[in-house]
Amino acid sequence: MIAHSKLSSGAHIGTNTTVRHIMWQVMLAISPATAVGLFCFGWPALNLFIVTLLSAVLFEAFCLRLAGRIARPVIMDGSALLSGWLVAMTLPPWAPWWIGVAGSGIAIILGKQVYGGLGQNLFNPAMLARIALLISFPIEMTTWPNVSPVFSAHAPGLIESLSITFYGLGSMASADAMTGATTLGYIKTEFSQQHWLPDILADHSIFLDFLGWTRGSLGETSSLLLAAGGIWLIRQGVIKWHIPVSLLLTVTVLSGIFHMMDGQHYVSPLVHLSSGALMCAAFFIATDYVTSPNTPAGQLVFGAGCGLLIFVIRTWGNYPEGAGFAVLLMNAATPLIDHYIRPRIYGRYRNGKPLAQKITAQERKQ
Amino acid sequence: MLNLSALFKAPRIRGGVHAEEHKASTSAQPIVVDFPLPKKLYIPLQQHVGKASEPVVRVGDHVLKGQLLAHSQGMISAPVHASSSGVIVDINDYPAPHPSALPIRTVVLETDGEDKWISAPPVDDPFQLAPEEVSLRVGAAGIVGLGGAAFPSAVKLNLGRENRIHTLLINGGECEPYLTCDDRLMQERAEGIIDGIRLMLYGMETGQAIVGIEDNKPEAYTAMRKASLPYPFIKVEQVPTRYPMGWDRQLIRYLTGREVPAGGRSADVGVIMHNVGTAYAVHRAIRFNLPLISRIVTVSGGAVASPMNIEVPIGTLISELFAFCGVNQTATRRIIMGGPMMGDALPHSRLPIVKASSGILALTQEEIRNKAQQPCIRCAQCVSACPAGLLPLDMANRIRNNQLDAAVDIGLKDCISCGSCSYVCPSNIPLVQYFKYASGELAARQQAQHKSEHTRRLMDERNARMDRIKKQQQEEEQARLAAKAERERLQTEQGTLA
Repeated sequence: MIAHSKLSSGAHIGTNTTVRHIMWQVMLAISPATAVGLFCFGWPALNLFIVTLLSAVLFEAFCLRLAGRIARPVIMDGSALLSGWLVAMTLPPWAPWWIGVAGSGIAIILGKQVYGGLGQNLFNPAMLARIALLISFPIEMTTWPNVSPVFSAHAPGLIESLSITFYGLGSMASADAMTGATTLGYIKTEFSQQHWLPDILADHSIFLDFLGWTRGSLGETSSLLLAAGGIWLIRQGVIKWHIPVSLLLTVTVLSGIFHMMDGQHYVSPLVHLSSGALMCAAFFIATDYVTSPNTPAGQLVFGAGCGLLIFVIRTWGNYPEGAGFAVLLMNAATPLIDHYIRPRIYGRYRNGKPLAQKITAQERKQ
Repeated sequence: MLNLSALFKAPRIRGGVHAEEHKASTSAQPIVVDFPLPKKLYIPLQQHVGKASEPVVRVGDHVLKGQLLAHSQGMISAPVHASSSGVIVDINDYPAPHPSALPIRTVVLETDGEDKWISAPPVDDPFQLAPEEVSLRVGAAGIVGLGGAAFPSAVKLNLGRENRIHTLLINGGECEPYLTCDDRLMQERAEGIIDGIRLMLYGMETGQAIVGIEDNKPEAYTAMRKASLPYPFIKVEQVPTRYPMGWDRQLIRYLTGREVPAGGRSADVGVIMHNVGTAYAVHRAIRFNLPLISRIVTVSGGAVASPMNIEVPIGTLISELFAFCGVNQTATRRIIMGGPMMGDALPHSRLPIVKASSGILALTQEEIRNKAQQPCIRCAQCVSACPAGLLPLDMANRIRNNQLDAAVDIGLKDCISCGSCSYVCPSNIPLVQYFKYASGELAARQQAQHKSEHTRRLMDERNARMDRIKKQQQEEEQARLAAKAERERLQTEQGTLA
């Protein structure tokens, strides 16, 4: 590595932006949606959130110590905390503590550190963790509590919530009454009963889905707040618009076409957009620098690919939630996209050959 | 009617950064012209791209201001003149204003305080001269590109006459933060610059000129616009403030819509570019017969008590400028010649001002980037910032893995070291340093390869020579043996006869 003390060439000045700054801005952007989740699902969600974040940082410190590195400055960059946060966002809010710990462990150890740490991983750590958990622990990962805001009548109290977090929902007598399916999951099961869309969604409020007043992952219910946070990140220059826009546009256009062709079988774009996981993926997961392409054109392709896969998996796949799988598949394609889609170099054609001289006869002096 | 072709050709700006400017402290004050004459001037003999000049004076000679000290050598070179009157006290190797401070042949002139000019009659009407006379005189005046590249201007003007140039571009961009010497020059001496442009156009026998000025210099724009009014073939245009707008190719694309082919020259698209300072120097050289012996330098930075633009004789030590402007030595963390984006860090201040010194900055700890380097998070800010359309993060990665040829494959040689990528990197990776290192390494490798090829050729030649000699010796030996046998035969024959 080239030491800064020996720097003789520019730039001698720089922006104030640091890696830590970026990580904290992302965390700030997801905090409103997280707050809604924590409010809607109460103390058990908060327990899980804290356990996941804490274990993520501890796993990171552990790995760094194993590698013989000083952990403190790396921990301070906030990337482990953010990974833990994103993992927590995608978990069912009342999942037991060990789901959170396992999720953080998969994200930090298998998703990041085995590749060599920050910036080296191929797959998005949080999505890797979510998908691994979903496949390994399908019951725990698909038990969705009803919305029961803190201090409301049905909300579990402090003691009860500790029991949920540390002994599991099974310890509760009224467990079944407290849970149900997410909107997308519900539609999928109803389809299998030969019920069609207008009946299924008859008394469903898309509006509440948008707000976040619905069953779903801890931080992924409020699509409005997720989108607001994402737009703020774009305005701050932390992420670029290319991935979110192409992803959302692809999902909207595809679902719109199919919905218009057959409204009985295909949900409207609004149902897709109101599912928070889509917004979370579009603004916070697919935009992960490390695992997405470097060029604007590559990012457009990447976003469209994610959107296409999300729509396909949600519509015809076995899992109602397509976002995680879609992002992971496109992560795998990122090196390929970066290899083929490169910016045009000044003075060269796209193929790298120098431009032909273009000076017209008219311009030539006599 | 809507001109569709113009719409499609609409020039756009790629990449670049908007750096914090730090220009206000110096852009509002007039150029200081009464800088006290230094006791000694250290005038390097190589202040330009190309071959070093050859001295024509000797130690002990008394010279007048403007007198030739060294003449140019070879095709690309420029002469050097005395910046004041006085005695030559030494011609020897002195540290050069370069990060390495490696010694360079330098004329040391002890000034006599009289500052007496050599007699040089002004030209009555330069437009009566033969056009090629312009570049001859520009060459004789030792003018080099004052924007920092220091390319001999006469060579460019000749190139302009020989190639078919349709536009002379004048760079008033001054996109580097802190620097305001061109800004002040345009504000105060716009007529001179415009006159220099007219003379260059005349010398190149070219029709039109466009002056590009960044829109953060409204006063300079107004002054230049006003001075250009009588001459409809000189257009003064505002360009967006976006570093590196001063990069000739960025400005060419913005102002003419043309893109210079890779590996080519701006002349290939019919354009030649000169800096505003160069135009002013041409005006002085042609109108008044004055060689380039001084320049305007921006002295700025957080450690400078009174930042300003000063017109100083070439050869003035930076330490004297610092004393004049009140530089806090202890607060100075880095001395930079040029701007903070592309300039070089100097090891100390006992180095002379040369023709290319547009600015001398004394930056404090807070101003320079001093944060620790962190791993690349592939944020691609560097990709967005690169005006040349390169992938800095990818190139740096390949260089780190010692895959220099792979870095060349994705455009290492198209890098202009503008520093935009380093500037925006949130991980503080010194990207430009990587690219300079790799370029240097590649050059060294190529040299080593040439050398080994040369050695092998010498070896082959030697072996061939040895073989030839051996063969020759063998033949001689055989001939000798044959002659001996013949002699013996004759002797025996004679013996038998006798």
